[in-house]
Amino acid sequence: MAGVLGGIYNSIVKRNAVFLTTIFAGAFATNIIFNIGADSVWDQINKGRQWKDIKQRYMGDQEEEDE
Amino acid sequence: MLARSSLRAARSARSISSPTVTSDAQRNASSQSSSESAAAWKSNGLLASSTLLAVGSVSWYYYQFGRPTQAMTPAEEGLHAPVHPWEHTKLYKTFDHSALRRGFQVYREVCSACHSLQRLPYRKFVGSFMTVDEAKALAEESEYDTDPNDEGEVEKRPGKLSDYMLAPYKNDEAARAANNGALPPDLSLITKARHGGCDYIFALLTGYPEEPPAGAVVQSGLNFNPYFPGTGIGMARALYDGLVEYEDGTSATTSQMAKDVVEFLNWAAEPEMDDRKRMGWKVMAVTSVLFGLSVWVKRYKWSNVKTRRLAYQPPPPNAQKQPGSVFRR
Repeated sequence: MAGVLGGIYNSIVKRNAVFLTTIFAGAFATNIIFNIGADSVWDQINKGRQWKDIKQRYMGDQEEEDE
Repeated sequence: MLARSSLRAARSARSISSPTVTSDAQRNASSQSSSESAAAWKSNGLLASSTLLAVGSVSWYYYQFGRPTQAMTPAEEGLHAPVHPWEHTKLYKTFDHSALRRGFQVYREVCSACHSLQRLPYRKFVGSFMTVDEAKALAEESEYDTDPNDEGEVEKRPGKLSDYMLAPYKNDEAARAANNGALPPDLSLITKARHGGCDYIFALLTGYPEEPPAGAVVQSGLNFNPYFPGTGIGMARALYDGLVEYEDGTSATTSQMAKDVVEFLNWAAEPEMDDRKRMGWKVMAVTSVLFGLSVWVKRYKWSNVKTRRLAYQPPPPNAQKQPGSVFRR
């Protein structure tokens, strides 16, 4: 445990530039991952109700008309 | 109970204030008892009448001013719409967009003969229940005024995606003139604009009886609907089984059409609802994590305060008083 913490301290916290960069990058990564995860849960709950689930029917018709 | 105890108190007070009476009372007890019972009657009567007066005035006041007031009769209020378990109003559900498509079809084929939807541009349909090409084709069916040209003449052009839906009448006066004096309200925000929202509109659309009940007064040119405040509504029953033909094969019963058009009108009033709910549950998720963190931080910071022990050590009884050690007021 102490070794791990020490490693984290030496690699990340010791230099302020590295520490700040890690925080910013971590914030961006967390935001992106959380959004993707939350949206996928939402789409799972509302499966078949949203436009992106049903638009295939109407888009398909459109292409046939174009041809 | 109150009367008896107060009497007892009065009697004991009298006996304390005049201790000389007791010797008289012992001597001629008969005359004393009669005057005492008369006094008891008097104060009993006083108590009873004042209680009656208090109860009576309070109840009179309640009767005059305390009762709930109804400005309108139940018929003028309209029936309360039964509450339905709408799927799209649940906190974690979006609109059913195929229902929106059906509802818009019902609006176009039935409602739009009289009701406008003026706050909706065609671009809003794209990505909600129509493809771009469908919405463009729909917009081009209506004609809009152009800007004045070089000679100051206003020409007509086909609609674009950015145009707003056209009203069926030129203005409110034309609408009133065409509808027997009744103005068909704009439906853009109608689910927000009526008490009961979706339930009210659904009840109104499906609540027309075959014929008005006995004793109901229906003015000429009006129709009877118990859910409409006043029960006389200018709109006749509009939805009948099989009135429209859905492209997705859903059977077009009256209640199905009413449900679809109500969901569509709710979308028209709150097109942001899907995004709002999605953002909302994300916010709740993040906030609950932050709340848990803040609880932990509070407990961490307060652990010193919560676990410390205060001990009072009294000074030895014959200790020399130091200057400044004595608490002065």
